[in-house]
Amino acid sequence: MPLTTVTNPVKAGSRYLSGNDAAAEGAIAAGCRYYGGYPITPSSEIMEYMSRELVPRGGAFMQMEDEIASISSVVGASWSGAKAMTATSGPGLSLMQECLGYAAFTETPVVLVDVQRAGPCTGQATKVGAGDIMAVKWGSHGDYQVVALSPWSVQEMFSLTVEAFNLAERLRVPAFLLAEEATGHLRERVDLPETLEIYDRDYVPKQPPFGCDQADGIPSMPGFGMGENLLVTGSTHDQWGFRKTEGPAFHDSLVRRLSQKVLSRKAEICRHEGYYLDDAELVVVAYGFTARAALRAVRQARQEGLAVGLLRLITIWPFDDELITRVAEGAKGFLVPEMNLGQVDGLVRSAAGDTPVKSLTQVNGSTISPASIMAALKEMR
Amino acid sequence: MARSMEKYLRPEVQTTPFCPGCGHGVLMGSLLRAIDQLGLDMKNTLFVSGIGCAAWIPSPNFAADTLHTLHGRAVAFATGAKAANPELKVIVISGDGDLASIGGNHLIHAARRNLELTVICANNMIYGMTGGQMAPTTPQGHLTATSVTGNPYRPFDLVKLVKGAGAPYVARGAVTRPYELIGYLKKAIASPEFAFVDVLSPCPTQYGRRNKLDSAGAMYERLRGLCQSEAQGACAPEGAEDTLQLGEFND
Ligand SMILES: Cc1ncc(C[n+]2csc(CCOP(=O)(O)OP(=O)(O)O)c2C)c(N)n1
Ligand code: SF4
Ligand SMILES: [Mg+2]
Repeated sequence: MPLTTVTNPVKAGSRYLSGNDAAAEGAIAAGCRYYGGYPITPSSEIMEYMSRELVPRGGAFMQMEDEIASISSVVGASWSGAKAMTATSGPGLSLMQECLGYAAFTETPVVLVDVQRAGPCTGQATKVGAGDIMAVKWGSHGDYQVVALSPWSVQEMFSLTVEAFNLAERLRVPAFLLAEEATGHLRERVDLPETLEIYDRDYVPKQPPFGCDQADGIPSMPGFGMGENLLVTGSTHDQWGFRKTEGPAFHDSLVRRLSQKVLSRKAEICRHEGYYLDDAELVVVAYGFTARAALRAVRQARQEGLAVGLLRLITIWPFDDELITRVAEGAKGFLVPEMNLGQVDGLVRSAAGDTPVKSLTQVNGSTISPASIMAALKEMR
Repeated sequence: MARSMEKYLRPEVQTTPFCPGCGHGVLMGSLLRAIDQLGLDMKNTLFVSGIGCAAWIPSPNFAADTLHTLHGRAVAFATGAKAANPELKVIVISGDGDLASIGGNHLIHAARRNLELTVICANNMIYGMTGGQMAPTTPQGHLTATSVTGNPYRPFDLVKLVKGAGAPYVARGAVTRPYELIGYLKKAIASPEFAFVDVLSPCPTQYGRRNKLDSAGAMYERLRGLCQSEAQGACAPEGAEDTLQLGEFND
C-alpha cells in the first residue's frame, strides 16, 4: 500500500517553532529528498533550513540561479525518484509559472510553498498579503489543476506540508502550501506527532506512465534509471509519452483527464472546518491567517448575541463550491474577508446562489483585525 | 544511420525528424557511436533536451530515459535529476538558442557548479525550429528572419563563455569532422565533471537558404572552410571572426 504509517523523523512532542521552520520540518517528515530554490523574503528560512537538514538525511539541496531553474530542477529530481519541493514568494512564483504548467502536464509530483507577501510586483516585500490565490491556479497557460492548502497556524504549516506531499504523490500534481508571511514568521507552540501517515508514489513496472483507461485515472509513476525507457515531454503525448501533436482527440482526452483526476476526487481532497455554523445566519468564509481574526470576531459576535459562524477553508484548490452551496442554503449572508481585492470572494459568489455575499478586502500589508470583521458583520445585519 | 546503431533507437521510431541535409542527424549518429564505443549503460543514462530541432535528437529517438523539457531549461532539469540520483549519467543535448540564449544563465551556472553533467550544444547559429530567426550565435552580418540586412551584433563564442564560467572540459567539434567529434563526445561523456561540447551543425533549411548557400552541400563546404582544426590548448585568436577553432580547450 502506498499509504503507510511511519515514525516521524523530526523531533516529536511539544515544540516552539516558526511557521517556515515547521513547513521545512513537515517536508522532511513527509520524506522530501530534494530541495531546489532561490532566496526570497518571506520564504527564505525554509530554504536555509533545508540547506542544513537535507544533506545529512541523505537528500540533496541545490541553490539554483533563479526560480524557474528551481522548479525545473525539482521536476527533474522528482522523475529521478525523489520527493521534491521548492519554496518561494510572489515574484518567484511568477517566474516559475511556465514550469508549473510542465509539472501539471507531465503529471509530476512536486510541492511548492508560496509564502505570500504584498504584491503585485516587488510590492511590500516584507509585508503580508494573500494575492496569489488565482496565480497558483491560473498562472500558467492552458487548463490544468493544482492542489492548494491554506494553513492558519504553525501547526498547520507542518501538517499541511505533509498533506501537500501526500496529495502531490497520490494525484501526481503540483501541490501548494499557500501560506502567508504572517504565518511563515509566526512563532507558536506545535505538537508534532510520533507517527505520520505518508503516501509514497504508486509504481507498477511496465505500466504506461501517462495514461490509463479511466477518464479520471492516475497512472503509475516510474522514475529514471528503472529500465522503463521513459519519454517525458511537455508536448501532448500518448500514454507512453510519444508526442501526439496533431490528433485532436489526444489533446482533448489528456487535458480533460488531467482536470478530472483532481476534480472527481474533491470529496477526498477538500477539507474545511466549521465553527458555530448550525444556527448561523451570517457566515464568515475565511482562510489562512485571516481565519484567526475571523474566529475571534465570530466568538465576540456570539457573546453579543449575533447568530454568526465561521467556515474556514483549508483546501483552496480544488475549490469546494458544493460546500459553499450547502452552507448557503441555511445562511442569510456570507462575509469574505481577504488580504487581496476579493479573489476567493468571486468563487464564493459563484457558488452562493441567492445568498448575498459581502467582500471585506485589505491590501495595506497588514493582517485584517477582528475589529474590522466585527464591524463588517454588524453592517450586514 | 548505420544499422549497427539501431539498437539504441526505439523500435517505434521510423525516421528522423530532421530536414534533408540537417547536421543534427550526423550529430545524433556521432553521439550514438560515442556511446557505443564507451559501452555506456543506456539503462542508467538520462538524456535531457529543451525545445528546438536539436532537442529532438534524443527524444523520442533514443531507447533510454529521455526528458524533453521547456525551451532553455534543460540544464536546470538535468541538475535536479542528477542531484537526486547521482548514479545516473546525465547528458543534455539541445540547440544554441536553447542553451545559450533563453537558457544561457543555466548553462554558465552549471559550468560554475561543476556537477557531473555532459552538455552538448547542436550549434547551427540560428533558431531552426521557429523559422530562422537570429540566435546569440549568429555571426555578425549574416542574414536571418529577424536580421534581413545582417545581424548587427557579435555572436557568443560558446567555448570561451563556458570555459570562462569554469567548465573543466570544453571542446568544439563539427559534423563535417565526425571522427574528431566522436572523440570529444566520448571524453565529455566519460568525464566525472561538467563537460561541454559545442558542435557546429548546419541548418540548410533556415540558415543556408538565407545566406546564399543553396544546397546542403554548399553549407557543408562553407562549414569546412570555417573550421580550423585542433587548437591545442587555446581559444580562437582575437579578431578571427570568420574562423572557428575546433579542438579541446583545456588548460
Ligand atoms: C518560452 C519559449 N519561448 C519561445 C519558444 C519558441 N521556440 C521554440 S524552439 C525555439 C528556438 C530553437 O532554436 P535552437 O535552440 O537553436 O534549436 P534549433 O531549432 O536551431 O535546432 C524557439 C524560440 C518556446 N518554445 N518557448
Ligand atoms: S530547420 Fe534546420 S535545424 Fe531544423 S531540422 Fe531543418 S535543417 Fe535541421
Ligand atoms: Mg539553433
